[in-house]
Amino acid sequence: MAHDHNNGLEVIPKDPAKIKKIWMTALILLLITAFEFVLAFTMDRGVLLYALFIILTIVKAYYIMMEFMHLGEEAKPLFYSIIVPIIFLIWLVIALMKEGAEIFQMRW
Amino acid sequence: MSSTAIEIKSKRGVWGGGNEPLKASYGKLMMWFFLLSDIFTFGAFLITYGAIRMSYPAYEGASAEFVSSNEYWPIPEMIFDALPLLHGMHFPLVFVGLMTFILIMSSVTMVLAVEAGHRNDRSDVVKWLLWTLLGGITFLSCQAWEWSHFIHGTDEGTMLEYVNSLNRLVSETVFGANLLVNEYGPAPFAQLFFVITGFHGFHVTIGVVLLFLAFYQAAVGIYEQRGHYEMVEKIGLYWHFVDLVWVFVFTFFYLI
Repeated sequence: MAHDHNNGLEVIPKDPAKIKKIWMTALILLLITAFEFVLAFTMDRGVLLYALFIILTIVKAYYIMMEFMHLGEEAKPLFYSIIVPIIFLIWLVIALMKEGAEIFQMRW
Repeated sequence: MSSTAIEIKSKRGVWGGGNEPLKASYGKLMMWFFLLSDIFTFGAFLITYGAIRMSYPAYEGASAEFVSSNEYWPIPEMIFDALPLLHGMHFPLVFVGLMTFILIMSSVTMVLAVEAGHRNDRSDVVKWLLWTLLGGITFLSCQAWEWSHFIHGTDEGTMLEYVNSLNRLVSETVFGANLLVNEYGPAPFAQLFFVITGFHGFHVTIGVVLLFLAFYQAAVGIYEQRGHYEMVEKIGLYWHFVDLVWVFVFTFFYLI
């Protein structure tokens, strides 16, 4: 297997800092998820808890998109064409949850 | 003046082909377009879930005394509390927590595979892709068990009054779930569960197929011959997206 790399592709050595950053991101994601579990079992259900869940979810989404998908390294127009629609989408989620609550008032 | 002329010339060049708009390669750009449209699809699902969820009465009272009924929306931690091989015991959200852990870890091994691809390190790419593949398959197996348990239900079932498929109001004990009625809560609860987690599972399945493709092609040296590992990067984008969607499904379905 010594001539595994005979196509002229040179293997670049590992950058430990980069690898460490990936594992740190993983740790952050897992810690946030664990924290969500703690909240789920200790806090009373209500708007405050739901708001916390949604904020923590957006924090996780931020780490996945920036660190794992490297969206931050893309050209700015591409970056904003992905991010801006998502921000409006979050608005729509919240707006229609409110609307659902209004339907509840009418129906029951 | 002359600098203006040069600028116009280079602007024409943008549409002349053979370049990379937005400094991203064709494949990566198209993957981002696809992911954006997929974000809208899952966004629509979550909006539907949120709106329907809020239009039903919430369960009021202590979580520990929760009893299923189709009069109000169930508390997820009292519904999703089963583990394989431990029949009838109460482990709230443990299994779904495990599934989340598996998917996040497979996303980490995927990003390590992409990183190895940047370094043209074939053996590392193959190793990390194999781990990712394993994570994906494990997640799917967990979901299969979860669905099976959800469909078959608990031993006790729930006494419900509902309109059956013959349009008759009946009062009977319901076990498990289908699209018409379920023992956990109002009918839309199970409907949304099947559609949203089902669609996500379908994405994971496609991801596993793509991962296998990348694993095979990397292992036999196709990418090395091609001179780059961009395919791993593109499939990586898709796989992270599947993880991203699960993060939202987890919050909305299992926590809220």
